[in-house]
Formats: sequence, structure tokens, C-alpha cells
Amino acid sequence: MTTRSVTRITQGQFSFLPDLTDAQITAQIEYALKRGYAINVEYTDDPHPRNTYWEMFGMPMFDLKDPAGILMEINNCRKTFPNHYVRVTGFDSSRGWETPRMSFIVNRPPSEPGFALVRTEGPGRSVQYTISSYAAQRPEGERY
Amino acid sequence: MANLPLPAASAQEECLDLAAMLRDSHALEVIEALDRDLVGLAPVKTRIQEIAALLVVERARAQLGIAGDQPPSLHMSFTGNPGTGKTTVALRMAEILHRLGYVRKGHLVSVTRDDLVGQYIGHTAPKTREVIKKAMGGVLFIDEAYYLYKPENERDYGQESIEILLQAMENNRDDLVVILAGYKDRMDTFFRSNPGMSSRIAHHIDFPDYTPDELFAIAEIMLDRMHYRLSEAGRVALREYIVLRRGRAHFANARSIRNALDRARLRQAKRLFAVRAAGVSRDALMTIDADDIRASRLFRSDATEGTA
Repeated sequence: MTTRSVTRITQGQFSFLPDLTDAQITAQIEYALKRGYAINVEYTDDPHPRNTYWEMFGMPMFDLKDPAGILMEINNCRKTFPNHYVRVTGFDSSRGWETPRMSFIVNRPPSEPGFALVRTEGPGRSVQYTISSYAAQRPEGERY
Repeated sequence: MANLPLPAASAQEECLDLAAMLRDSHALEVIEALDRDLVGLAPVKTRIQEIAALLVVERARAQLGIAGDQPPSLHMSFTGNPGTGKTTVALRMAEILHRLGYVRKGHLVSVTRDDLVGQYIGHTAPKTREVIKKAMGGVLFIDEAYYLYKPENERDYGQESIEILLQAMENNRDDLVVILAGYKDRMDTFFRSNPGMSSRIAHHIDFPDYTPDELFAIAEIMLDRMHYRLSEAGRVALREYIVLRRGRAHFANARSIRNALDRARLRQAKRLFAVRAAGVSRDALMTIDADDIRASRLFRSDATEGTA
């Protein structure tokens, strides 16, 4: 029996869709800029769903007017980390939100091995479940 | 087959109305406003009209599929004495380029050396790149650009900033227009020591000094905007003041005039305040009289070199 029919991780917006083209990314960033979000480019090679804080690629970008500059940073990040996950987040600093309002993946490793289900025996006969990435079993930087 | 130049017969139908294209872009309004609001500056206005014409023609060529693969380079250098309107024109330029569809957003990011050059090794590149990213889709205006290059200090980080700027000017030509501004002689030295910069700038525009008549016209526009007016004697006094002030040190064209008017407003307020018991009319509140201008240090017989 195979359970690996879908090996693409699904985190953030648009992750069930095919990869966004640069034009589509530009349109999304345009929207974020229009709403006044600060844009981050972040990367990781540990895509566990509980890994909330990815590494930042450069400084967050405030006060930009045009998506071209952000696309330039995204392409820099893709070139530096071609086998990492790269995502773009839009942070809304307005009161009451103060949180990322947008987040979507713009780069993935060529092959994504997926996750294993790990069962741990608890007290009595209870079993605790967690998942663990096959890729993350190797050291950081050699995962994909 | 489809991309071949059009035969003469169908060229007739493909005839484009350039005037309509210019009208649709609403760039004419900005150019006319520029003509109206800015006194003098004939060479600058001519060049702006040429650039506008070029962009409209370029757009027409694009519609017929005969545009080159490279958009025209519109990096500019504004040289001229202080107060000749370089920043004002740069702001308008961003608006014009936006309306003609050359830049996407049309904002102006105005920076000086401090915003581009870092304080330690490795600080300059990210700083300059951040500024470039902010200016993308608009115009990057570098005031006093000659400060970027300090030949007396070979370890100065300015050179690094220049190199990154050059790279962006070349590679991100359709994202960004760079305008360098500064005083004529120092910009000439700057371009001589950075030939790469000079050759990447297509438009070197020189801002001439204003004549006394132009300065007087500027003063009237400024006063009108502040809702003041000159009395008849005040006009005579201001004309004399302008002639005297032009001959003095640290004369900064329109900026000096603005400062002089601010001081005249100060004196007018003082004068009105002295007679406050009598009450003041609307007319008195709006009028700047000869006394307000003639109280300037310039009119004193023992006047020494000074700016007041």
C-alpha cells in the first residue's frame, strides 16, 4: 500500500496549486504591498509543520512601492538555496493584527521525500503519534 | 511571417495618432503644469518635451511591433547652482515618466550619500541595495551625487556604492530611473573620475541661473501661494533687493528668495503687531510693504558681506 501519492508539502497559501510563476508571484506581492505589509523572504530545509520560524534571507522589506525589488531578492535566495524551501510572508503591523497575513512557498527542492508517522508508547497502552521528515534525518544543509 | 515589416498598403491603416496617445497618457497636463509653475529653465523644459516625445513615439513603435528589445535609457544628471529647481523638476519628472508608462509607480526616492554608503566593510552593499529596491518602479534621485566619490580617500566605501548603482542602472533598466544632481563643476569632476557612470547617463541637463526678472516672477508665485501680495512700493523694493542679493555671496537663486520672503513676513508681522491697538484689516494682513523688505541688512549703507 502506498500513502505517498502526494509528496508536495502543503503550507501557506496556494500550496495545493501548481508552483506559482514569477508573474503570479509578482501579482501576489503587488496585493501585499497595496495592503501595506512588510515583506520577508525566508528559507528552510526543515519543513516540519511545527517549524514556524524559518531563516530570514536578508532584512524584511519595508516601504517598497514595486514588486520588482522583492522578486529580485526571491531570485537571489533561489540562487543561493536552490534545494531549500523558500517562502514569502507579508507582515501586517496594523493594530489588532500584528502578524503575518500572507505566506506562500515560492521554491521547493526538486524531490520531496515526505514524512514518516512515528508512534511512541505512552503510559498504559496509549500511543502518541508525531511525524518526522525523511529529509530532516540528515544534517542541516545536506537534506535535499 | 507575421513579424515581417508591414507592406506599404496596410501601413496606411496602421497609422497611429501620436497626439491622441499623448493626450491619453495625461502627461501633457504635467508638462503644461511644469511650464506654468516653473519660471525660466528653457533648456530643461525643452529636454523634458523631447523625452516625452521619445516615449510616445517609442510606445507607438511598440504597438506596431517595431520597438527595439531595449527600452531607451532615461538615467539623467541634473547640474546647476543651488536653488535652480533640480529637486522640483525631478519630482515632476517622476510624474511625467509614470504617466507616459515608462516607470510603473512614479514615486521619487530622494537620497544623499548617507543613505547609500555604509560605515564599515560589508555595510555599504546591503544599504545601497535596499535603497535601490525602494526606488524600483520609480525614480531614484541622488542629491549631491559627487559626494559618493572621494578621491582623497582610497578606502572610502563610496566607490562600492557607485559600482552597485552602475550594475542596477544597467540590469534593472526597466525597473528604475536614476537621476543624479549636484553643482556643475563638482559633478564634472565626479563624471571625469567615473567614466562608467557618465556613459550610462543619456541625459545631462544643465539648470541655468535665474535672471532678476525670473526671480521676481518666482517671488510673486511664492507669495501668491502663501496668500500674500506686494504693495506697489513693495514691488519696487523687492526688485532692488533681488539685484543686490544676486551680487552677494551664498546666493542660492529661488531658495534665497524664499528665505527673503520668509523674513519679510516676519517683519510684516512685527509691524502689524506694533499697531495692534488700531486693529488690522484683511488687506493689511495680506500686504507686504516696502518697509518689510527695505529693513533688510542689504539696504544698509554700511552693509557687509552677509545673507540677511
